[in-house]
Amino acid sequence: MSDETCAAMHLLIQAEHDGELGAAEAARVAAHLQTCTACAAHAAALRRLSTRLRAELPADPLPLRLQAVAARLSAPPPVPAWRAVRRQYPGFAAGLALAACLALVVLPRRAPDLADQAVTAHIRALQPGHLMDVVSTDRHTVKPWFAGKLDYSPPVQDFAGVGFPLKGGRLDYVGGRPVAALIYGRAQHLIDVTVWPGAAAPSRDGTTNGYNYLSWSHDGMVFWAVSDLNKAELRDFVALWH
Amino acid sequence: MNGSAAGEVFARVVVPHLPAAYRLALWLLRDPAAAEDVVQDAAERAFRHIATFRGDNACAWVLRIVRNQAIETLRKTRPSAELDEDLPDRAPLPDADLLRAEGETTLRAALAGLPPTLRECLVLRELEELSYRDIADIVGVPVGTVMSRLWKARQILMARTEGLRA
Repeated sequence: MSDETCAAMHLLIQAEHDGELGAAEAARVAAHLQTCTACAAHAAALRRLSTRLRAELPADPLPLRLQAVAARLSAPPPVPAWRAVRRQYPGFAAGLALAACLALVVLPRRAPDLADQAVTAHIRALQPGHLMDVVSTDRHTVKPWFAGKLDYSPPVQDFAGVGFPLKGGRLDYVGGRPVAALIYGRAQHLIDVTVWPGAAAPSRDGTTNGYNYLSWSHDGMVFWAVSDLNKAELRDFVALWH
Repeated sequence: MNGSAAGEVFARVVVPHLPAAYRLALWLLRDPAAAEDVVQDAAERAFRHIATFRGDNACAWVLRIVRNQAIETLRKTRPSAELDEDLPDRAPLPDADLLRAEGETTLRAALAGLPPTLRECLVLRELEELSYRDIADIVGVPVGTVMSRLWKARQILMARTEGLRA
């Protein structure tokens, strides 16, 4: 095979390597590689390079600051009801009674429920590279990590002794504010505990999109635990916090 | 589009591609703080112009915005010659020496030492596994140019890392 022909094959060999060729061209490349050891060696070198690049250059996770930007732009503050009504009907110098009537009609949408938000945060966190900002099984590492990132200090506990080891922590965005998220393990399952300061509220539990959640209040903090773990074990886990 | 509708579209269209956008900016700028700035600016810009997204290829749309912003930053901060793709034959760029001094792998240093026009094509193909068509859309060149840049980038990397193992 002449050098000129091989040079002409180079971009085709690369395109085949990159999965960009149709069947006919791919067959042409394969036929050439069978007869030309130089090009076959080159194809092998392309494969080695790709393998090394993908193996040795791990993806950098999205930094916290950009996660916060994403959260902020995804969930702008809800428009107060009265402004929404005024926008919808700018012609009315709306009397309160009228506004109230309209509100019933035009405002069926409410701000996303906290349970939905906690579950959504958990699902978002399960995407590759999103789960943990600080990876540590030591609560004395995880707790100080939040200092300076939040205007409160979340209670961090480790339950490794009873089968719920602390895995790490993450800054998340729930209920319109940055919050601490603690990650615990239970066999193959992960449990997210988001916690922020708030008035005591009735405990809640339920299931959204297949994820179980439980909320409780303790010592001026509100907690939401979300996991694909079964409800009974999630309850056991929550009981440890009381 | 009101604020919350824009937010929903942003969450669906832009947010899934922000990790890839950050990695591209990082590979182009080689400076985490600058890459964060670029991606934040690009995200704000994407949010403002979310209504112009036509729904064909979110990944290419987002990465194009980030890539343009990153190149603009590069032009401001680096000598223009460094953006030229016809420089690969000279000695490794300072970036590469620096990275080597920091004990990074030779492969990483070699990739960092490529001219940005070659580096971005290789990063988008090898690390983000995008198609030639998508890369051409993002970089704003014909598919044929993407192919020749990838070829060139790979030849240089192979030459510089030949015989080296991690």
